[in-house]
Amino acid sequence: MTTISRRTLIKGAGAVAGATLVGAPAFAQDKVKVGFIFLGPIGDFGWTWAHNKGREAVDAALGDKVETVYVENVAEDASAIPVLRDLAQQGCKLIFTCSFGYMDQTLEVAKEFPDVKFEHCTGFKRADNVATYNSRFHEGRAVLGTIAGKMSTTGVLGYLGSFKIPEVVLGVNSFALAAQKQNPAAVVKVVMIDSWFDPPKEAAATETLVNLGCDFVTTHTDSPAPLQILEQKGLFGLCQGADMSAFAPTAHLTAIEDIWGPYYILRAQAIVDGTWTSTDTWDGMVDGTVVISPYSAAVTPEAVAAADEVKAGYMAGTFDIFTGPILDQDGVERVKAGEVMTLEQLAMMDWFVKGVESAS
Amino acid sequence: MSAEFIILAIITIVGLTTPILLAGIGELVVEKAGVLNLGVEGMMLMGAISGFAVTVMTFNPWVGILGAAAGGAAASMLFAVFVLQLNSNQVATGLALTIFGPGLSSLLGVGFTGRIVMPFGSLFPASLAKDPIWQLFFGYSPIVYFALIMVPLTAWFLKSTRAGLILRAVGENDLSAHSIGYSVRKVRYGAIAFGGAMAGIGGAYFSMVITPMWAEEMTAGRGWIALALVVFAGWRMGRLLIGAYFFGILMALELYAKAAGFSFLPSQFWAAMPYVMTVVALTFISARGTAGSNAPACLGKPFLPST
Repeated sequence: MTTISRRTLIKGAGAVAGATLVGAPAFAQDKVKVGFIFLGPIGDFGWTWAHNKGREAVDAALGDKVETVYVENVAEDASAIPVLRDLAQQGCKLIFTCSFGYMDQTLEVAKEFPDVKFEHCTGFKRADNVATYNSRFHEGRAVLGTIAGKMSTTGVLGYLGSFKIPEVVLGVNSFALAAQKQNPAAVVKVVMIDSWFDPPKEAAATETLVNLGCDFVTTHTDSPAPLQILEQKGLFGLCQGADMSAFAPTAHLTAIEDIWGPYYILRAQAIVDGTWTSTDTWDGMVDGTVVISPYSAAVTPEAVAAADEVKAGYMAGTFDIFTGPILDQDGVERVKAGEVMTLEQLAMMDWFVKGVESAS
Repeated sequence: MSAEFIILAIITIVGLTTPILLAGIGELVVEKAGVLNLGVEGMMLMGAISGFAVTVMTFNPWVGILGAAAGGAAASMLFAVFVLQLNSNQVATGLALTIFGPGLSSLLGVGFTGRIVMPFGSLFPASLAKDPIWQLFFGYSPIVYFALIMVPLTAWFLKSTRAGLILRAVGENDLSAHSIGYSVRKVRYGAIAFGGAMAGIGGAYFSMVITPMWAEEMTAGRGWIALALVVFAGWRMGRLLIGAYFFGILMALELYAKAAGFSFLPSQFWAAMPYVMTVVALTFISARGTAGSNAPACLGKPFLPST
């Protein structure tokens, strides 16, 4: 039996350090490590699942140069900090933090590791080594809202949200405005469940919205639970993150698919090339980041036509749902006729448009 | 507010209540035997995946429910071996099960993500539950009726049977029960297995009834509410039933208040309510002095016989 004394430890450490030095040229060709922290389990078939697909795309495209690691189920609180530190200490050169709630934690850890680059998803705070990236999900919401507005018979639409953050507010407003273009009397009932992933609560909230008269529900949470409730009730749903038709073949009309792969590959390549800089990227439908899943057979031809028009408008850059006049919940005009809201304004939108019924 | 609306709301409440009621019944029996098993969340998840997996493989939800009970009980046996055989700290071991359960269930569930089964739906034929009023009574999954039957059945077992008396004796004074010849360990093994099986069925209510799918961590903290429920109920079965529905109503009220556009209370308030109410109940219990307390005297203490 050997006892480890402090001296042998130091010797050992020296040997390791020496080995690292000696080995440095050999390791120069070594793979660049890229880390990801995820909010939910990668098997949520929604948000985190889509981000993990993006990570796998990096593996597939740059597997010879890049090695990816990920941590799932990281809470959006202080517990994200040690996880991020750990990834940085493991040697990750680039770390993606894939949810809004990691914003301040990302900046804090980025300060401690100036040589590590960070990318925060859906946030708005940047630093020299912290970039932000987002997706114009609201473009997809406009397509979903068009379908729901066209097909709904009650004109009461449900929106199952997570938190009142800009991303969700934009989604609600875009959905409501698009629905009102088809049916001016359409109202959108919003429930925020204070969680991204809580299948029982998502299910109960969906039942609640249906009981209150909604015949369509769109989800801004991450599990297929709401769709399964709608399937049981013979109603229709529109979801986000990924195509969830496997869970509800009849209820699933279409979904907003998040395609992160191309961006992740681009940024990982930039690390390999040494050209990475802190940027703010907000890609949309035209960039291939926001994709609408194939419509199910239940979507009526009129709804398909109206939805395709919105889609084509975004692809051609001729349509923007946030074009005035836009009134807020109290009927006050916030955007004048003909004006289009800028991305900066959208990023900080914290008010709901007319026709949205919400608790906050 | 129409009658139909109220009926639909009640059906939502039943759905929210049943899993915590099932887990609560099991945990109450465990605690009555003097054991504090904090690993309810882990056992619920093990039951959720076991029930779902068995249903996928056998196409039979009844067998699936047995699988859920077995899965929850198996998870509880891990806890039991440490606590009863090795006299480990119950709180620490229970917490370990809370961490281990989600991990193991995720591992077992790898091959089952993305699959669906038919929901373990109505016990009675759909024609009987066509009218809303009838739906209120006959529209539920068999698990709902099972939970409601288990309340008086378990209460009767604890109060009026010899075995129930022994179980309570073990929970109140393990050394005395031991000295008159009862096997404290065997009784506690039995109680813990029952608690695990009930938590497992409670977990399966998520994966087989509400949303017939498997998703990691799909119980999302309901196990903790079940634990709070037992304390809220003051270890009494009747109050457990009332408390479970009270918590269920609170959870539904949050959603209805939000969907109806009422913003008089912040949502965090609603989420904290079950725990706040538990603290309030505890305050009442302690204010009445020890005479009013129904907590088992040996709760959480290791059994260390001198012989």
